[in-house]
Amino acid sequence: MSSTTIQAIFDDDDVLLRAVKNLKDAHYHIEEVFTPFPVHGLEKAVGLPNTRIAITSFIYGLIGLSFAIWLMDYTMITDWPQNIGGKPSFSFAENMPAFVPIMFELTVFFAAHLMVITFYMRSKLWPYKKAENPDPRTTDDHFMIEVSTANDVKSLEDLLKKSGAKEIKTKA
Amino acid sequence: MSHYEAPIREPLIFGDKSYHDISVDVAAPVEGKANKLWWIAFSIALTAFLLGLGAISYTIGVGIGVWGLNNRINWAWDITNFVWWVGIGHAGTLISAVLLLFRQKWRMGINRSAEAMTIFAVFQAGLFPIIHMGRVWNAFYVLPLPNALGSLWVNFNSPLLWDVFAISTYLSVSLVFWYTGLLPDFAMLRDRAVKPFQKQIYGLLSFGWSGRLKDWQRFEEVSLVLAGLATPLVLSVHTIVSMDFATSIIPGWHSTIFPPYFVAGAIFSGFAMVQTLLLIMRKVSHLEAYITKIHIENMNKVIIVTGGIVSVAYMTEFFVGWYSGSSYEDYTYLSVGAATGPYWWAFWSLITCNFIFPLTLWFKKARTNLIWSFILSIIINIGMWFERFDIIVIDLSRGHLPSSWTMFSPTFVDVSIFIGTIGFFFVLFLLYARTFPVIAQAELKSILKSSGENYKNLRKENHE
Repeated sequence: MSSTTIQAIFDDDDVLLRAVKNLKDAHYHIEEVFTPFPVHGLEKAVGLPNTRIAITSFIYGLIGLSFAIWLMDYTMITDWPQNIGGKPSFSFAENMPAFVPIMFELTVFFAAHLMVITFYMRSKLWPYKKAENPDPRTTDDHFMIEVSTANDVKSLEDLLKKSGAKEIKTKA
Repeated sequence: MSHYEAPIREPLIFGDKSYHDISVDVAAPVEGKANKLWWIAFSIALTAFLLGLGAISYTIGVGIGVWGLNNRINWAWDITNFVWWVGIGHAGTLISAVLLLFRQKWRMGINRSAEAMTIFAVFQAGLFPIIHMGRVWNAFYVLPLPNALGSLWVNFNSPLLWDVFAISTYLSVSLVFWYTGLLPDFAMLRDRAVKPFQKQIYGLLSFGWSGRLKDWQRFEEVSLVLAGLATPLVLSVHTIVSMDFATSIIPGWHSTIFPPYFVAGAIFSGFAMVQTLLLIMRKVSHLEAYITKIHIENMNKVIIVTGGIVSVAYMTEFFVGWYSGSSYEDYTYLSVGAATGPYWWAFWSLITCNFIFPLTLWFKKARTNLIWSFILSIIINIGMWFERFDIIVIDLSRGHLPSSWTMFSPTFVDVSIFIGTIGFFFVLFLLYARTFPVIAQAELKSILKSSGENYKNLRKENHE
């Protein structure tokens, strides 16, 4: 038996939040929610697991730090050590304080850029990507829930209507 | 559900606004036609930019001998302008990153434009060191590229190289922070657009943003982490810029107070520039409901704090220079020698603009007066330019060897390049104001119910 996906439009974030709770209580599966702005508490209500993107940023930062250490050790100490103003050019440990600013900058550079690239890739955002919000009003002031059900479409529609949905339609 | 906010707190969004009204108001400058004033401002800015472009071409063609630099004063307007522009850039990141971490909701009305200002200002800043290299086509020598320089590498001990990394990291991270925040707002413009050309452009710019729940979750996490990364970045950039001076042995430059004092000065001048721009923009683009008196007053409060830090640093430098009894300190930029010597006018411009005039902001009447805020913001920008001029030129003009003491006078090329960068900055900002969503409308919608005037009044009525 194929399942049907119902799209319900709301025009208030608090009503939307209550509708999500009602749907959850009735054990419906919420496929997707489209909102014009981040609605606080919505991901908890839908039961979305936390994003791990901050962890990736931490790892990218460590990579940046290691790269900075390697770069400066290789160029300044190993490959071509020079006497610059009598600074200790032949020992990484002794020259390290002068390397701290670049270590910091490259840590931030890697952590920030690679995290943003990860975000764009994971959320499939890039130039020429077609927008996938089914209703253009969901970037303005409307909210849409997509709920799928295998059997009783009528009772789902009733529940949505009771929860304050303004429009209800079946996804083509 | 939006967080509760006491009705006694002043609203951040005025008028009877709905979510849709915010979209309409933010889209209005983009969808409407430019008025006459915009075209006049744009023409002036473009002319200034072209003048600067000519002067830059002349400099590159003939060499930096066309500047007023001399044997003793080998850094002057160029580095002054560089530090001035970088400093101006700091307010944008402070507003969008530091105020995000501190959960200051008032940032949402102004963060987009402040960040745009940051990026445009850092563009101008980056021009100066590159032009100053003389042979601009060799600018890539600052990058640690294998084999490009024979067996030689860049010198990682040098603060000038730290600057290269600091500024490029700062510019690029600010840019992605800004752009990521823009995606939902571009999507709003895309979905509203009637003209096919606009639909196409904003469709391209919005990267196909659809507002899915998971995307929003990641979006918020990414914003928070970027804010956390950008916060130390703001502090590091001007710290490193100050080290260009502080690690040298020139009297007046060789000072441990420089890093914190430069950072405070940067935020001071940056907020002044945000005031200048936003006070005009809120009028021209009819955004008075979103950029309110509260925003202006709060920015003025930041200006008092950072201006206070800068003033205390001036007094400390002045006192310690005198108290040290070292004759080399007699002519540093904050000393009796500077106040009474041939550069007295530069010294007193600095003191008047940065120390005396901002004291008026201690009065609420002055703080909430929009015209005074505007005038003062320009005074501070002038004062901060003089601060960098004083640090560089006054200190260099009186070195260890009295026989080499000299004065600096700029040539028309120095002046034209500076005017050119101001023109370039305003060209970028004016284009931005007509084509970008100048307010982070998605964020603003999320605080409408807690901080909007109509919702606040509604709650007040229901409680009483």
